[in-house]
Amino acid sequence: MNLALDLVAIQTLVRKEVIRVLRIWVQTIVPPAITMTLYFIIFGNLIGRRIGTMDGFDYMAYIAPGLIMMSVITNSYGNVVSSFFGAKFGRHIEEMLVSPMSNSAIIIGHVAGGVLRGLFVGALVTAVALFFTKLNVEHPFITISIVLLSSIVFSLAGFINAVFAKKFDDISIVPTFVLTPLTYLGGVFYSISLLPEFWQGVSRANPILYMVNAFRYGILGTSDIGIGTAYAILIVFVVLLFSFCLFLMNRGVGIRE
Amino acid sequence: MHALTLKNLTKTYDNGNQALKGIDVSVEEGEFCALLGPNGAGKTTAIGIISSLVNKSGGEVEIFGHSIDAELEAAKACIGLVPQEVNLNLWERVENIVLNQAGYYGLNRRLAAERTEKYLKELRLWDRRKDTARSLSGGMKRRLMIARALVHEPRLLILDEPTAGVDIEIRRSMWEFLRTINEAGTTIILTTHYLEEAESLCRHVAIIDEGRIIEDAPMSKVLRKLQREVFVLTLAEPAAGLQLDGFEVSVRDDGDVEVAIGAGQTLNEMFARLNEKDVTVVSLRNKANRLEELFMRLVDKNDTGAAA
Repeated sequence: MNLALDLVAIQTLVRKEVIRVLRIWVQTIVPPAITMTLYFIIFGNLIGRRIGTMDGFDYMAYIAPGLIMMSVITNSYGNVVSSFFGAKFGRHIEEMLVSPMSNSAIIIGHVAGGVLRGLFVGALVTAVALFFTKLNVEHPFITISIVLLSSIVFSLAGFINAVFAKKFDDISIVPTFVLTPLTYLGGVFYSISLLPEFWQGVSRANPILYMVNAFRYGILGTSDIGIGTAYAILIVFVVLLFSFCLFLMNRGVGIRE
Repeated sequence: MHALTLKNLTKTYDNGNQALKGIDVSVEEGEFCALLGPNGAGKTTAIGIISSLVNKSGGEVEIFGHSIDAELEAAKACIGLVPQEVNLNLWERVENIVLNQAGYYGLNRRLAAERTEKYLKELRLWDRRKDTARSLSGGMKRRLMIARALVHEPRLLILDEPTAGVDIEIRRSMWEFLRTINEAGTTIILTTHYLEEAESLCRHVAIIDEGRIIEDAPMSKVLRKLQREVFVLTLAEPAAGLQLDGFEVSVRDDGDVEVAIGAGQTLNEMFARLNEKDVTVVSLRNKANRLEELFMRLVDKNDTGAAA
């Protein structure tokens, strides 16, 4: 692996991804901002006023971290899966495959693109949230590191989805049938302490619960789970998913005949 | 030094199709080599393996001494590939496509920009650099793929049917361009279905059929194997039943005459016979391109051999 070459290649890929996201901003930036504004209006403002407080916080403030994290997760995942699958489908993935850039660089470049879009949309949703509620970041390091790690995890997951996808339907199955339910059941809108003990146990098997709660802890200082556990899970996921992505690329699964 | 060495290269696809059955090819540095073969012969599979888009089943590939098994990245750095199918990101700007490719090869932004300008100008695409690839014509897309393949100035350029579907004017300008970069030292491997293109450009030819190399030699040596050429003559007056001593003659439906000239015979002898019969020739042309004739003969022989 040629590190200097890979660094230039990664920069190139990231620049290309940023240009792509900005070129199709109507598809990439605007929808999450509108969706999250609706969440804040309906769940936070209209319904939230009847709910009162959650874990001692105004309901609008309580759901804000979860909604920000939800937008980061879905956009990180969506960016990588659509970009990499689009490159496979249009066969311009071959531009990278014939070049001497390493497989690690291809993965890192795409993941960095996903993280940047996730963070950009997350920042936008945070700005929207500030129109509805006041957010004081209690633990800035935890907030930033958790959002970064979560974004990396879901960018890697999106990459794996794209590697296996053979048609456009295949890139919407996981977000629709896996990601969305896990996100909704991941404590975005409620504390799991409200659930019966059995369902609390089931919820703890959902990795998104740890991301949402750790991020909420970073902003509000309250969480249903231990922060150390959240870090451990995220780091294990990053290592496992990156290794799996590299294994798939080295084998040429879905990209080489 | 060999620019490319293939040793006993085999490829069997998952569906059991044995696309390559152990091919051996060597291409010298600086060579302009044609890789010819009928559809499905294994040319694109071989190119796919060389450029690491297809996993090989067996054998060895070396590019300027770098094995693709042991030094894949060094081997890839030597290659520029112009694939058969258009594989451009059609939504991307022309200049960004070339700039990005330079980046994937590790060229810094300044050098990448210089090379992008150089090759887009040489391939007459500079004025279209801000346009998206989808707005280009078919010929322009082909030229853009060549610019993209050249931006890192590879030592070995592989062109898989680069002039397919391109009009004759652009094709000829592309030939000139390819000659120039070959003269500047770039080794070129070309696959094409236009055999006059291969004959005009290439100094070496390898013919692949049914996954096997059936000819691999300098173009001049290959063409010497051709023992017979057929010329079509347009005559001033119709000459039904024309016979020429020592020559095989046939009269076509349109009145033109086909004369076969074998080894050891000359055009002068043919004209002498025509003069004896007071036949005036208005024009003369080759019935088929020489390489095309040889190609058909070799492929037919291979098919007959396989059937037997």
